[in-house]
Amino acid sequence: MNERVRKLREESLRAVPAISSERARLIHEAYLEFEGAEPAPVLRALAFKHLMERRTLWIGEGELIVGERGEAPALTPTYPELCCHTLEDLQVMDVRDRISFRVDDRMRRLQEETIIPFWRERSMRERILQRMTPAWKDCYAAGIFTEFMEQRAPGHTVADGKIYERGFADFKGAIEARIAAETGKDEAAQARRDQWRAMAICCDAVMILGRRYAAHARELAEAEPDPGRRGELEAIAARCDRVPAHAPRTFAEALQTYWFVHLGVISELNVWDAFSPGRLDQHLEPFYSRELAAGTLTREQAEELLQCFWVKFNNQPAPPKVGVTLKESGTYTDFANIGSGGVTADGRDGVNEVSYLVLDVVDEMRLLQPSSNVQVSRLNPDRFLKRACAIARRGWGQPSFFNAEAVVEEMVRMGKTLEDARCGGTSGCVETGAFGKEAYILTGYFNLPKILEITLHDGRDPRTGKQLGPVTGPAAGFGSFEEFWEAFRVQLEHFIGIKMEGNDVIEDLYARHMPAPFLSVVIDDCIAAGKDYNAGGARYNTSYVQGVGIGSMADSLAVLKTHVFDQRSFTMAELLAALADDFQGHDRILRLVRDRTPKYGNDDDRADDLMRLAFAAYRDAVDGRPNRKGGAYRINMLPTTCHVYFGSVIGALPDGRRAGLPLPEGISPNKGADRRGPTAVIRSAAKMDHLSTGGTLLNQKFTPAILEGEKGLEVLAGLVRGYFALDGHHIQFNVVGRETLREAQRKPEDYADLIVRVAGFSDYFNNLDRALQDEIIARTEQGAD
Amino acid sequence: MTTGLVFNIQRFSLHDGPGIRTTVFLKGCPLECRWCHNPEGQSFSAQPLVKIELCTACGACVDHCPSGAVTMTASGPVTRGDLCTACGTCTESCPQEGRTIAGRMMTPVEVADEAGRDLPFYGPTGGGVTFSGGEAMAQIDFLVEALTACRERGLHTAVDTAGCLPWSHFTRVLPLVDLFLYDLKLMDAGRHREQTGASNRPVLENLERLARRGDPVVVRIPVIPTVNDDDANLEATLAFLRLHGLNRVDLLPFHQLGRGKAPQVGRSWSLGEVPGLEPVDLDRIRARFAQAGLAVTTGG
Repeated sequence: MNERVRKLREESLRAVPAISSERARLIHEAYLEFEGAEPAPVLRALAFKHLMERRTLWIGEGELIVGERGEAPALTPTYPELCCHTLEDLQVMDVRDRISFRVDDRMRRLQEETIIPFWRERSMRERILQRMTPAWKDCYAAGIFTEFMEQRAPGHTVADGKIYERGFADFKGAIEARIAAETGKDEAAQARRDQWRAMAICCDAVMILGRRYAAHARELAEAEPDPGRRGELEAIAARCDRVPAHAPRTFAEALQTYWFVHLGVISELNVWDAFSPGRLDQHLEPFYSRELAAGTLTREQAEELLQCFWVKFNNQPAPPKVGVTLKESGTYTDFANIGSGGVTADGRDGVNEVSYLVLDVVDEMRLLQPSSNVQVSRLNPDRFLKRACAIARRGWGQPSFFNAEAVVEEMVRMGKTLEDARCGGTSGCVETGAFGKEAYILTGYFNLPKILEITLHDGRDPRTGKQLGPVTGPAAGFGSFEEFWEAFRVQLEHFIGIKMEGNDVIEDLYARHMPAPFLSVVIDDCIAAGKDYNAGGARYNTSYVQGVGIGSMADSLAVLKTHVFDQRSFTMAELLAALADDFQGHDRILRLVRDRTPKYGNDDDRADDLMRLAFAAYRDAVDGRPNRKGGAYRINMLPTTCHVYFGSVIGALPDGRRAGLPLPEGISPNKGADRRGPTAVIRSAAKMDHLSTGGTLLNQKFTPAILEGEKGLEVLAGLVRGYFALDGHHIQFNVVGRETLREAQRKPEDYADLIVRVAGFSDYFNNLDRALQDEIIARTEQGAD
Repeated sequence: MTTGLVFNIQRFSLHDGPGIRTTVFLKGCPLECRWCHNPEGQSFSAQPLVKIELCTACGACVDHCPSGAVTMTASGPVTRGDLCTACGTCTESCPQEGRTIAGRMMTPVEVADEAGRDLPFYGPTGGGVTFSGGEAMAQIDFLVEALTACRERGLHTAVDTAGCLPWSHFTRVLPLVDLFLYDLKLMDAGRHREQTGASNRPVLENLERLARRGDPVVVRIPVIPTVNDDDANLEATLAFLRLHGLNRVDLLPFHQLGRGKAPQVGRSWSLGEVPGLEPVDLDRIRARFAQAGLAVTTGG
């Protein structure tokens, strides 16, 4: 990377996240002026326009792509209309060790004197919590599920190619044509007119922002003594004259276009997963090859522009979260995710020269944000996959690998057209969606092992003694595994039902109070339908519930089946006593549980079949239920950081996990349960029916030496290809360094699955004697390469 | 159907041939190399492995052994090989989880099914199954059937051998093997006998025959400091490889694993104190082979 990029990158890394009061103040002003006078979509649009007209502009020194959410990098607004932070919230944000945000006195004063009095009662969070039933609240408090929309808005979506083909003046034209053609007189027609009017205002607003940036860049250019930088600022001004009002003509205009849209989406509302450019390589390729041929752009210039673009993402920490939402998603990452690879709309190999350029940028930038992923199709060349593997083995977790064919198949199963599916992909962590055409909303995590715990206690939460579920009989009375399993399914249905009822209310509240007319402009078919993104205007509307703890489920069921029912090694009463005592003083049971039970992750059907049983029960309880937007509920299997929180609310589990410890993340096996290496883990994980989900998450951990050399690349690529041949959805690699090995010596029980290369062979780290372990630590470098 | 005695099946094996492989370790070996890192592979019978460092001398293994094969001594439990039936009762009784049985009878089909599980990973990497040991070819009848079953499943097959067997064993597996991994330890006959307990004559003769036939062979040289890393042995090895046109070599640096494992099978470590192989020394040897025009890899 050159000096400019190095500097921008460092500034971004050094920027301290702080709360910006500007947005809250401007939105508040707009509400004071327009609330009550205009219907909700128009009110939202006018507030958005007010913000775009008055927000502080920022063009950093040396920047080529411009625009910030706050007044400067890492300055982060609040969204009082969604979550009105208490003064205590602000205090906690300011001082907490992790994921903190500086809060200054001005912000505190604004919050106390202006924001809290006005917004406390009418924030979405307040509206939602007031409407939830006591049963819902009990479950929420018990940690049975989380609720995504309780302080952030639905979003979870991705841009498609339309913004590179049409400008907002064009979108506005299409909207006005709809208004002109509307002849209806009823309430529905009026609602459509309101929505269109709101969308048209939003088009104006983002075009105003573009013009303001053009003017600002010109001002800076006039005052700029350095002729080189002056030229750059003039070029920025010229680009902002053009976009986002009109379709971009160049590579740089294309990037600037996306960035204005991104800023629009993340300023309008605090949407989950920010926004993403999706298949950036395919969108940029026409601009790139055209300009390369014309001689107006070099590969180096394109790379520099992309690097500047990358920095912009890293400048936007996810807005501050509090409470359970912070626990389920404890990170500054806002989950913007840039993809490459995959297939084209007509089903050909989607890899092009920009794909490699994107991977080079990922490799060089090494930033927390944006995340990056590769969609690996069997049509993609090995060169592409290996390039991605070469980055992955550096050990900082990017890019993640997705099975392009599986992703398409998942979407077709959910009712998308083949072409829409091919133009989609994954975003956020691992979620499948039709880019530019779908609202695919994560609604909350669901704690599967907690349901198991409650089933074993006749519908009661043993932690609080509260009766949360129906009475399905004392566990000691189950005469067979099947009887127990029937009780589990009754409990599962019950709690899924409570979650869904809550979701229905929340979806309606968003449709009514918190439309997103700007986002609606860029998601088909909101314009055609005259309907908001949050009200079912998108072509496809999917609500996901994310299952957590399938590894605990599999192993706990294996213990129940093997020891309580089949071999009768101990009774249910004995097991319950052991759980109540956190296995203290129950060594015999603990030993049978740990060492004499088949475990998920070893390619052992005895355990893997139970994983499938639990998976199918969860899927069938959720999949296909209608949501309020004309779409359906589907499942994901991913945890973000929720497996830690969910573990903290569960006592000891039959699988031997002690009370309060984290659950296994994603669809990974229990820590230390897998003893047959990564291929066995992958085969176990692949026994899940991934194609009937909207995404699953599998992590694999390696030490650098296993992955070194050309052979190491082959092995990584082979694991990816092998897993995907088995219809796996996603895999990601972690490479551990010396510190982890030291930790593994201190806590061997936590690292039972850690494989290291010894010398000419690999073995589980725990299998090696101390001297060999020390030798390996001595020769393992921090990080990889 | 023939059955074979298997002491380990290692999946995701990256160092015994190309790609991602499954390595099947067959029990029993005609050699007794002093540095052997799989000493449980030497005996042709199933046997207990004891982690002495876990032992609290509680005597449960002694009490529970139905054959009276285990006695407690000052240095821990000792198992008499002539009495032990490898029934496994002692592994269940040990409260420390310190005892396991090495060696399980398997049919060729069971082995091939297990090896075939990772087929999705073999294709993209050129991997497959490797038979190792012990001496993979010592259980020749079983090996022939297991290789046949693996071939039926479309697996790439490799055999890791020390070569100290009659040529007639080779002729039986030749049509079934895609790659030989052939261990070459010491060129001097006397030193070979001293360090491995057997003559190197069949080792060299069989390797020469394979080379003459043009079968794919990777020669694997365990580099053991003070045993075979001297100039004379390296030079003689090089001369032999060049003479027979064997141009793929894999250097396996010595490691201390065997030392920790020897007591588990009730053996003493007869190699004595051997220093670890310094990376610079390995590099020097590697360069020497490379300069002679050989394709050299290290560590599998």
